[in-house]
Amino acid sequence: MTIGQPMLRTRQLAKTFTLHQQGGLTLRVFSGVDLAVHAGECLALAGRSGSGKSSLLRCLYGNYAATHGAVEVRHEGQWIDMTRADDRTVLYLRRRVIGHVSQFLRVVPRVAALDIVAEPLRLLGVASEDARRRAGDWLARLNLPARLWTLPPATFSGGEQQRVNVARGLVAGPPVLLLDEPTASLDAGNRVVVVDAIRAALAAGTAIVGIFHDNDVRRAVATRSLDIETFAASA
Amino acid sequence: MTEPLLVVDGAGKRYGTRWACRGVNFQLHSGEMLAVVGESGSGKTTLLRLLAARLPCDEGRVLYRMRAESAAESGTLTDIAALSAARLRWLARTDWGYVEQHAHDGLRLNVSGGANVGERLMALGVRHYGRLRGEALEWMRRVELDTARIDDLPATYSGGMQRRLQIARNLVTRPRLVLMDEPTTGLDVSVQARLLDLLRKLTEELHLAAIIVTHDLGVARLLAQRTIVMRDGRVVEAGLTDRVLDDPQHPYTQLLVSSVLQP
Amino acid sequence: MTTPTNDSPTASGVHADHDYNFAFLDEHTKKTIRRTLLKAVAIPGYQVPFASREMPFAFGWGTGGVQVTASIIGRNDVLKVIDQGADDTTNAVNIRRFFTRMTGVRTTERTIEASIIQTRHRIPEAPLSEGQILVYQVPMPEPLFRLEPRRRETTELHALADYGLMSVRLYEDIAQLGAIARTYDYPVRVNGRYLMSPSPIPKFDNPKMHLNRALQLFGAGREKRIYAVPPYTTVESLDFEDHPFQVQRWQHACALCDAPDSFLDEVIVDNAGRRLFVCSDSDFCAGRRAAGWRGSGCPVEPLRSGGPDCKKSVP
Repeated sequence: MTIGQPMLRTRQLAKTFTLHQQGGLTLRVFSGVDLAVHAGECLALAGRSGSGKSSLLRCLYGNYAATHGAVEVRHEGQWIDMTRADDRTVLYLRRRVIGHVSQFLRVVPRVAALDIVAEPLRLLGVASEDARRRAGDWLARLNLPARLWTLPPATFSGGEQQRVNVARGLVAGPPVLLLDEPTASLDAGNRVVVVDAIRAALAAGTAIVGIFHDNDVRRAVATRSLDIETFAASA
Repeated sequence: MTEPLLVVDGAGKRYGTRWACRGVNFQLHSGEMLAVVGESGSGKTTLLRLLAARLPCDEGRVLYRMRAESAAESGTLTDIAALSAARLRWLARTDWGYVEQHAHDGLRLNVSGGANVGERLMALGVRHYGRLRGEALEWMRRVELDTARIDDLPATYSGGMQRRLQIARNLVTRPRLVLMDEPTTGLDVSVQARLLDLLRKLTEELHLAAIIVTHDLGVARLLAQRTIVMRDGRVVEAGLTDRVLDDPQHPYTQLLVSSVLQP
Repeated sequence: MTTPTNDSPTASGVHADHDYNFAFLDEHTKKTIRRTLLKAVAIPGYQVPFASREMPFAFGWGTGGVQVTASIIGRNDVLKVIDQGADDTTNAVNIRRFFTRMTGVRTTERTIEASIIQTRHRIPEAPLSEGQILVYQVPMPEPLFRLEPRRRETTELHALADYGLMSVRLYEDIAQLGAIARTYDYPVRVNGRYLMSPSPIPKFDNPKMHLNRALQLFGAGREKRIYAVPPYTTVESLDFEDHPFQVQRWQHACALCDAPDSFLDEVIVDNAGRRLFVCSDSDFCAGRRAAGWRGSGCPVEPLRSGGPDCKKSVP
């Protein structure tokens, strides 16, 4: 895999939670994180449960607010600081630049699996029919039976939901991808398929930051690792 | 980046010495949905009324971008307080939609569903019964109402159907900005889900800009990309909906989020 | 111009009642009402409020129309008063007697002889001419009243020419009944601007209002409104392009004068329910008979089930 230019980087990123419901208790998760992810590389976030991997990933997506520091993404030759950008800019970047596969599929009632997967393409302006066709290609690749495509995923098994989730994250082929446990609840066969898809994305130049609990998966996709615990805020 | 459709600049409304809402600032572009979340007395409904020019601002301004003369131009951002009553009425019939919380405020309960949907067109001078009926049928279909009910009085509709009828009644003139006051409140849960789905679809299809007042955080998450949280007339937090709900910063927002029951 | 007094004999030779001012109203009131009339004429179809006076008969009996007539009538006028088209009904007789006593002016039953015609619920069949004035008695001047009872709201609707509410009502009639149901007091648009109630005349009479050569004045005493339609003003009955306005037509001609296209009253003549159809406009009917026209005079058999007497057609 050839490693290209940096696509996502952080500068002195820190996250602290202030729990006002508990008398203003502060939880310092991490601080001073400097990282850079390049096109074609997969950075695996490592560390024990509760060490802040997921929080860091959410900060990269803008789902969590950074307490300190910057998260910058490269778009059309420019670096944009997501922590200081206005909401519309962040939404724009999420549509076009940064994809995200969360740990669990957030189920939207009544929307068919195919349409859930097609949505990122439609938001980019792809015609409805075309978007659904490409969504179908991904679902087929992830072995989701066709009879499920027109059903809302609310009644799917965990593994089926996760495959819809992964498909949605990858379908639009964004330059940057954030993966939070993409193979959780998948059986061995489907794990392999997802790993292949991730590797294909890397080969296409995607910059990936991911959390992989499964050691085999991590070994198969990660270019390098970052141990969050080294950034744990000192007690 | 395109220009904003709606600019709210320090808007406030006072009753005597009490400010029902104050210091509200935000912008809204076409195709964007904003949720205004808060509990009773937060000022969210007052804010909605200010935006619809149903109440005058005591402080600040609400600016709306009028339709341009031609497709090549962009319209002018205009202070709605400067518009005449006739102009505001025209806007309320064409460019704006307002979905009320209660059917008796948002519908004419004593005329048929079809008459309700056709009213805006009639007010704009459409005088062909067949065409009015055709449009009513079309919009009832789009909001998934049984078209066989077109001549029935809305008083005979269920709550969810009345809500849908209101939506059809507002959308028939293809407004660019839709304000909704608790669109799913008071409906059965299954009915809510279907209505939310409809709203998602329609706002995407029609590229609507919408502001949704709700006390239901789930509705905000599902429909709106951005959310503002109001308490005692003030905006205490604003941002991307997922950020506000997943990582609330303000104490009140944290209280709201932690109070929601998870099924 | 000198104020008419009650001392000199009038054209008809009948002395007016000396205890009252000419035409009952004091001169200041007449002036006020004339001013109101001028404003009404200047804004066709617009309801002008006025301070309606106490009249010597109750609201609902034409106090508005009488105040208008009283304000404009002069010694040399010739007055005709009709009620439902007839000169000899109670209301018409009383009002005519009132004006005779209060003014002494000549009265007539002939439409073409009258300079002022006060009417309740009909427009005479004979076409009017320039210089004639038709005064209508109006119970409810607000055409939107049944749809929107609040005066403040309707004032705003009129100001903004926001008449969607009325269109909604007409749409609803067609949706529920297949046709617009209103057959009297049918709403009209005057001079392309104001929505107006023509008073409870049958819709049959609406076309007569359009581009009429006479001045049409409307008085509502209880509601305290005056409005007007100047001569040669457009008056269009509301309708839909694909459901155009239609007037009533009868299968029968007048049993007395054989008129085929006047507004007919249905009169039950015996206990079996046989009916005569006769012209509502008594003067019109009498005129035709004087000219030699004769109707069949035969009663029509009672209505069995089915078969309406009245059929619709385009005017």
